Amino acid sequence: MPLVNIIIDGVKTQVSSDSTILDAARKVNINIPTLCHLELHNKETVNRVASCRICVVEVEGRRNLAPACSTKVQNGMVIRTHSPRVIKSRRVLMQLLLSNHPKDCLNCYASGNCDLQTLSNDMHTDSNRFEGAHSDFMVETSSESIVRDLNKCIRCRRCETACNDMQTVGVLSGVGRGFDMVVGPAFHAPLEKTQCVFCGQCVKVCPTGALMGKSHVEEVWNAINDPEKVVVVQTAPAVRAALGEEFGMEPGKCVTGRMVTGLRRLGFNHVFDTNFAADLTIVEEATEFIHRLKHGGRLPMLTSCCPAWVKFFEHQFQDLLDVPSTCKSPHEMFGAITKTYWAEKMKIDPAKIVVVSIMPCLSKKYEASRKELSSSGHQDVDYVLSTRELGRMLREAGVDFQSLPDGEFDNPLGFSSGGADIFAVSGGVCEAALRMAAEVISGKELDSVDFEEVRGTKGLRHAHVEIAGMEVNVAIACGLGHARRLLEEVRAGKSHYHLIEIMACPGGCICGGGQPFVDSREEIEVMKKRAQAIYAEDAGKEIRSSHKNPYIQELYKEFLGEAYGEKAHKLLHTGYTSREKL
Amino acid sequence: MTKLATGVAFAEFADAVKAAEATAPKTRIFVGMSTCGVASGAGPVYDAIAAELAASGNPAIEVVRAGCVGLCYAEPTVEVQVPGRPVVTLGGVTPARGRELVKELAVAAEPAKPLSVGDAIFKKQLRIALRNCGRIDPEKIEDYIRNGGYVQLAKILDGMKPEEVIATVKASGLRGRGGAGFTTGLKWEYARAAAAAPKYIVCNADEGDPGAFMDRSVLEGDPHSVLEAMTVAGYAIGARYGYIYCRAEYPLAVKRLEVAIAQSRALGLLGENILGSGFAFDLEIKLGAGAFVCGEETALIHSIEGKRGEPTVKPPFPAESGLWGKSTTVNNVETLACIQPILEKGAAWFKAIGTPKCAGTKVFALAGDVKNVGLAEVPMGTTIREVLEEIGGGSRDGRPLKAVQTGGPSGGCIPAEKFDTPIEYDTLGALGSIMGSGGLIVMGQKTSMVKIAHYYMEFSCDESCGKCTPCRVGNRRLYEILERILAGKGKPEDLPKLEELGNVIKDTALCGLGQTSPNPVLSTLRWFRSEYEDCIKNGGVKPPVYTVNDKCIGCRACAKACPVQCIEGALKKKHVIDQSKCIHCGACETKCRFGAIDSE
Ligand SMILES: Cc1cc2nc3c(=O)[nH]c(=O)nc-3n(C[C@H](O)[C@H](O)[C@H](O)COP(=O)(O)O)c2cc1C
Ligand code: SF4
Ligand code: SF4
Ligand code: SF4
Repeated sequence: MPLVNIIIDGVKTQVSSDSTILDAARKVNINIPTLCHLELHNKETVNRVASCRICVVEVEGRRNLAPACSTKVQNGMVIRTHSPRVIKSRRVLMQLLLSNHPKDCLNCYASGNCDLQTLSNDMHTDSNRFEGAHSDFMVETSSESIVRDLNKCIRCRRCETACNDMQTVGVLSGVGRGFDMVVGPAFHAPLEKTQCVFCGQCVKVCPTGALMGKSHVEEVWNAINDPEKVVVVQTAPAVRAALGEEFGMEPGKCVTGRMVTGLRRLGFNHVFDTNFAADLTIVEEATEFIHRLKHGGRLPMLTSCCPAWVKFFEHQFQDLLDVPSTCKSPHEMFGAITKTYWAEKMKIDPAKIVVVSIMPCLSKKYEASRKELSSSGHQDVDYVLSTRELGRMLREAGVDFQSLPDGEFDNPLGFSSGGADIFAVSGGVCEAALRMAAEVISGKELDSVDFEEVRGTKGLRHAHVEIAGMEVNVAIACGLGHARRLLEEVRAGKSHYHLIEIMACPGGCICGGGQPFVDSREEIEVMKKRAQAIYAEDAGKEIRSSHKNPYIQELYKEFLGEAYGEKAHKLLHTGYTSREKL
Repeated sequence: MTKLATGVAFAEFADAVKAAEATAPKTRIFVGMSTCGVASGAGPVYDAIAAELAASGNPAIEVVRAGCVGLCYAEPTVEVQVPGRPVVTLGGVTPARGRELVKELAVAAEPAKPLSVGDAIFKKQLRIALRNCGRIDPEKIEDYIRNGGYVQLAKILDGMKPEEVIATVKASGLRGRGGAGFTTGLKWEYARAAAAAPKYIVCNADEGDPGAFMDRSVLEGDPHSVLEAMTVAGYAIGARYGYIYCRAEYPLAVKRLEVAIAQSRALGLLGENILGSGFAFDLEIKLGAGAFVCGEETALIHSIEGKRGEPTVKPPFPAESGLWGKSTTVNNVETLACIQPILEKGAAWFKAIGTPKCAGTKVFALAGDVKNVGLAEVPMGTTIREVLEEIGGGSRDGRPLKAVQTGGPSGGCIPAEKFDTPIEYDTLGALGSIMGSGGLIVMGQKTSMVKIAHYYMEFSCDESCGKCTPCRVGNRRLYEILERILAGKGKPEDLPKLEELGNVIKDTALCGLGQTSPNPVLSTLRWFRSEYEDCIKNGGVKPPVYTVNDKCIGCRACAKACPVQCIEGALKKKHVIDQSKCIHCGACETKCRFGAIDSE
C-alpha cells in the first residue's frame, strides 16, 4: 500500500493509504474515542457500522464532520480530533445517548466494565441535558445463559457483527425503526426461541450492560447455605488461567491453587476438577475415534465438548447429526459420575448432591438445562457459574484472593493429566485425543506427547500426524464462522479429515463468553498469555496423557467397566436433536 | 411484434410509425389517466369519449389514455391536439362534457371553454423530463418512438463509443435530480472507470417525499424514456443489468413499466444483442419496502440485496462498491428522463437552458396554499416567485404568501422576502434549504411556523432508520422540545438548544436524512424566530382571533355555522363574535361568502 502524508492535530505523519483516520491517529498516540467501533481478533472481523458517531473529527475542506473509524485517509488530509466543533458535537452525542439510558450504574452488572460509563466520565458532561422519552423494553430473561436489557443498548451493533459476521449464527440484527430501533432477534423473539447458541460472544463485545450473562450466584449461595445439600464444585480447565484477572492480576497467571482455596472458603463441600472428567472424555472419545477408524465408522469425527457448537450444528447442519462424537462434554460427564459412582462410594443420596460447574462459558448454563443430560437419574449438573461470577462471589465474600495459600483438589475426582488441561485451548482436545489414540493404536509410548502442529491462535488450522504408519488428517476450528466452512466441506462430501475439533469461541475456552472481560484490542495478546499458562500447566504435570490417569483407570475398573462400553454409553454419551432453522 | 435485429430494421420500424402519422394525421384527445387523474374520475370521462367516438365512427379522432400533465387542481383534464395547432387543455371535464367535446371537434377546429389559466401555467414551463407526459399513450411503444424515442439508443449502438456518450452527458451539465445534484456525467465516468464486471445501473423510483409525484408522473406517463436512458447508461458504463427500485405504493407505475419492459423486449430493445450491436442489457423491477430512507442510495442497494433498508457510510460510494459489492450507478427517474432529449438535441442545447451552474429544468410539485396545485417543470434559475405566483397563481385567499418549504420534509422554509431568489442547488442551500426532489409546500399568512417545524420533525422521527445516534435520538429530542414549546412549556433557553442540537445532527448524522432533517427547525428559527419567542412568551401557539368586518351583510350564515353559538346579530345587521365563548374553530370564516370574517 502506498503511503500518504497527513497532518493530525498539527502532527505530520505518513501512513498507509488504506488506513482509516482512527488507525492513523492511534499511530501517533492520539486516542480518538469510539463506542461502536470494534476490531475482533486481529481485524478478522471489524464492526465498522459508524453508528454511534462519537469518533467524529474535523477534516479540512469537508462540509460535515467525518467518522474517524470509517473514513480513509487521503494524501494531504488535515485532521483535527479535538477542535471546539468536534468536542461540542461529541458532548451532544454523549448527552443524546445518555438521554435514553437508565443511568442506573449502581444496579448494573457492567458498571466498571462499561465503555459508555468510562467515556461519559472522561467527558464529564451533563447527562440530564436532554429530557424526553426513554426506551421501555422488558428485560429479556428467556434463556438460561443471557439476559438482555435493551434499555441500556446504545445500538452500536457490535453484538450483531459478532453473531452474524464472526459466528455466522445470524440471530441479531436491527429491528424496528427510528427511536424504537434496537438490536435483537427478528420480531423481538425471545433468545430462547431462536437459533442462538449462547456462545456469549455478543455479551463479550457489548460495550454496556445491555447483554449480560445470566447470574446463578444466588442459587449457588442458597445451596451452599442449605444444610441438607452436599455441594460439589468443579472447575473447567480454562478458569484457572483467567480467574486472576478478576483480581487485577496479569493475564497468563495460573491460579489453580488459590482458586481451590477460594472455593473452599466460599463453603463448597467438595472441590473437584472438571479436568478429571476431561480425561474421562478423552478415554471415551479417543476410543470412539479408534472404533470409527477401525470399523469404517462415520468420518470425520467431530468433537462435542462445546455446547454452543453442538447447538449450532443441531440448527444448521441437521443432516450431519451422526458426524459428531456422542460424548457428553466433560462437566456433564462429571455430573453423571458424581451423582452415581461418587455418590455410591460416599454413600450420599444423589438427590442431595448439588453439582456446580465453574465455567469460562455461558453456553454451559444452557447445556446444564438440557433435559436429556440426566443419565444419573437427576439433572447431571445443577448450576453453572462463569469465571466472572466466581470472581464476584469471591469479592463479595471478602476473599483476599491474591494472598490465598494454594490448595489441592479433593480426590478422586480432582486428579488430572496434562491432556485435560489443554482442553482449555483451541486444538487441545484434538491433541489430548491424539496422545491417547497414538499410544493405543501403536501399542507404544510416545517419545513426545507434544503435538505442536495442532496448536496456534488462527481460527482455522489443519495438520496431519502419523500414527503407526497411518496418516491422520485433523482440522481445528475456533469461531463458528470457521467451523461452518469445515462443516460445509463435510456436507459436500469433500472433507478429507479424520478428526475435527471445534470450539465456538475464538481461541477456545480460554476466551469463552464467561471469561473476564478484555479490551478487544488486547484480546489476541491476552489469548496468547492464557494459552501459555495452560500449556505450562500441561508441561508441569507428571502424567500428560488422559488414559494414564490412575483415578480414571480406577473408575473404569470399579464402576464403568469397558471404555465406550454399555455403562459408559448410558452415563457418558448422548444424542442430538434436529432443531428449527429460523 | 417481431424483434428488430438490426439498427436498420429499427430505422425502418420508426419510419413506418412516423409515416403512418404523416399520411393520416389524427386529432388526439388525451385523457390524463395517471393515478391522480383516475382518482378524480378520468375513467368515466375516457369511457364516455370512447363510446361517443365509436358511435360517431370518426376515424380522424383518437382518444388516448395518457399520463398526467400536472394540473392537479383541474383534474380530470383532457387535452386536445388537432394536427397543426397548439394543444388545448380542458379542466374539470365530466363524462357529459367529454361527449360534447367529440361532437364539437367534428365541426370545429378547437374545443370550446379551454382552461383560461392553462396558458400562463404552460408559458413559464419548459417540459423536458415531462415532454411526453400526457401527450402519448404510455402503454404504446409506437407512441414513444413516434416522438423520437429509441432513436438515440439505436444511434449510439451504431458506433458511438461509451466515452462519447459520457462526454455528451457530462458536457450537458445535467445534475442528479434525486436531491444531491451530483453531475450525472461524472457519476457515469466513475462507474465506467470502475474495475471488473458485473456492474449495475439502478433507477431510483422510490420517491418517498410526501407530496412529491414528479417521478410517478414520468413513470406513469412516459416509462420508455426511463428504459431507454437506463439502456444508454448501461452501454456507457458497461453494465449488463439494471434494476428499477419502485415504491410499492405506485401500482400503476409498476404496471406501465412492466408493459413497457415487455414491449421493449419484444422489439429487441432490451435483451441479448440489442439491434445486432452485440450489446446486451436487461432490467428488473424491485418493489420498495415503503420506507422513506430506502430512497437513500446505499439503503436502497441494501434493500435490493434483501437486507435491512439502512444506509451505510460513504465512501465507498456505490460507483465503487454497490450491489453485492459491485460498481453500481444510481440515478433518479427525472435525471434519466432528461437523457434522451440531451442526446437528441445535444449537450449545448441543454447546457444553455437554466443557469451556468445548473443546466436544464427541474420539475416541482406545488402544494399547500396555492391556487394551482400540480406539477411544473421550469428552467433552473426561475425565481421562487415566478413559480409560486405565475404558475401557482398565488395564495387561495388572495393574501400575500408567507413562506415556502422546498425540498420535501427535510427542506427548509424560505420566507416571502426571499421569493426573488432564482432556484438553484446553491441558492437554496444558502437560504438554509435544499432542492431535494422538488417539493414546494406553500404557506399562507396563517401558518404557524413552529407547528410546521414540529410537523416535519415528526415525519423525520418516523422515517429515521434509527441507525445513528444523532438522527435516532437527536431528532426525537428536537421534536420533543418543539412539542413542549407548542404546549406552552417552552423556555427561552430552548431556542439556542434547538439550534445547537440541530447543527450537531446535521454535522454528525450518517446519511442524508439526518444531515438535513433539522432544516425545518433551523430555517424557521432563522427566519421566523419571533414566532418561537411569542410561543414561549404566550404559553403556546396563539389561537387565531376571529372578528367580523364591515363587509358583513348580516346573512347569519356564520352564526348558524358556529358550533357554540357565540355569533350574535340581527338579520342584515353586522354580526359580532363573543370572544369569551369563541373556540377558534374557524367555521365562521369558512362559511362566510363575503370575506367579512378576519382572523389574526
Ligand atoms: C433520506 C433520503 C431519501 C432519498 N430518496 C430519494 C428518492 O426517493 N428518489 C431519488 O431519486 N433519490 C433519493 N435520494 C437521493 C439518493 O440517495 C441518490 O442521491 C439519488 O438517487 C442519485 O440519483 P441522481 O444522481 O440521479 O439524483 C434520497 C436521499 C436521502 C438521503
Ligand atoms: S450468544 Fe452467540 S449465538 Fe447467541 S446471540 Fe450472542 S453471539 Fe449470537
Ligand atoms: S446490545 Fe450491546 S452490543 Fe448490541 S447493539 Fe446494544 S449496546 Fe451494542
Ligand atoms: S441519519 Fe437517520 S436515516 Fe440516516 S443512517 Fe442515521 S438514523 Fe438512519
